[in-house]
Amino acid sequence: MPWDRNQMAARAAEELEDGMYVNLGIGIPTLVANYVGDKDITLQSENGMLGMGPFPYEGEEDPDLINAGKQTITELSRTAYFDSAMSFGMIRGGKIAAAILGAMEVAENGDLANWMIPGKLVKGMGGAMDLVAGVGRVIVVMDHTSKHGDSKVLKECTLPLTGKGVVDRIITNLGVLDVVEGGLKIVECADGVSEEELRAATEATIV
Amino acid sequence: MKKIYGSAAEALDGVLSDGMLIAAGGFGLCGIPELLLEAIKENGAKNLTFASNNAGVDDFGIGILLQTRQVKKMISSYVGENAEFMRQYLSGELELEFNPQGTLAERMRAGGCGIPGFYTKTGVGTAIAEGKESKMFNGEEYILEEGLFADLSIVKAWKADDTGNLIFRKTARNFNPPAAMCGKVCVAEVEEIVPRGSLDPDHIHLPGIYVHRIIQGEHEKRIEQRTTRKREA
Repeated sequence: MPWDRNQMAARAAEELEDGMYVNLGIGIPTLVANYVGDKDITLQSENGMLGMGPFPYEGEEDPDLINAGKQTITELSRTAYFDSAMSFGMIRGGKIAAAILGAMEVAENGDLANWMIPGKLVKGMGGAMDLVAGVGRVIVVMDHTSKHGDSKVLKECTLPLTGKGVVDRIITNLGVLDVVEGGLKIVECADGVSEEELRAATEATIV
Repeated sequence: MKKIYGSAAEALDGVLSDGMLIAAGGFGLCGIPELLLEAIKENGAKNLTFASNNAGVDDFGIGILLQTRQVKKMISSYVGENAEFMRQYLSGELELEFNPQGTLAERMRAGGCGIPGFYTKTGVGTAIAEGKESKMFNGEEYILEEGLFADLSIVKAWKADDTGNLIFRKTARNFNPPAAMCGKVCVAEVEEIVPRGSLDPDHIHLPGIYVHRIIQGEHEKRIEQRTTRKREA
């Protein structure tokens, strides 16, 4: 059985180490916060906050306190607020250890596409280009194939790029792959998924 | 110099005109200068370019100026929540320049610091880099982005003293300080104006040198996505 959303998030949480400052994207990456356990992780929200807490209790929402997905959140005892220029200063400056984000396509050279589909509604890249260019380690969490069954792990991205050669590790419903010299290297297969199945679902070169 | 004005309309008098580049603070609907945007709508100034991370929603934030066709161009990183925006953009009525969010924030900060350009890795190898000068530093490629120099800045803060020192609240700070810094004139709307001496000088987020006019008013502070969790029994 391939991993479900929560299992992918749990696997991604294993990437995080005690003491890390981390930025989580929208979608499955947001779920990673539920699986960090006892590790001392500080979450960054790129609109201008370190130490992001959980959603507020009903009736305690504060319009001045939202995350990068514009959802109401809470602060923690460690929280610090700052402006967006400083926020992206710490991102661009390599102070954020890792970003975990979703993708539409990833290529074997680490190219990432996750911000636009030509001919479809373009909403903008938000902070994604800054994050992938700046943080220490970029971990992509996504389904291995599209809903039509096409591989999203490609030799070359077909969609406009968010970043060139920026991805370090790919976690999909079928397993974990690293971007290495010459292509992708299988780190592990999801429970019950064979290496053959993983290879068959991957267009990219596996070395 | 007296910085406190009686209303948003008064505070914009003589500093707002057609065709201006306006830098606006706010992220989503959080920390937006809602009173000043409403006053720009009432004023009727046209052909405006806004440097603002987002474009509001249809009936709040910059969205209200799209309804009245006062906006010629947006410089933004994300405009997904606004149907009227998309309609005008797809029909060619509205120009749009996408900036990565951090690049936009830094362009504002740089403009306010007298820095006309800076190199960044953000966007290298993407559509954002097209037509931009690039340069290698320590074996890595960077692209040149330009500082943003606005004609007018409009921002929202929590508290001001009468000299224009500002304090923001939580994540409503966001783009407000860099937006304030990059304008020739900055008008700030706040929830409370207090006498000088009442704010701890060590706690000022933006010194009054960047702030020329201040108004106080009631803010709706609309929530875009209300997310909550259940109380454990």
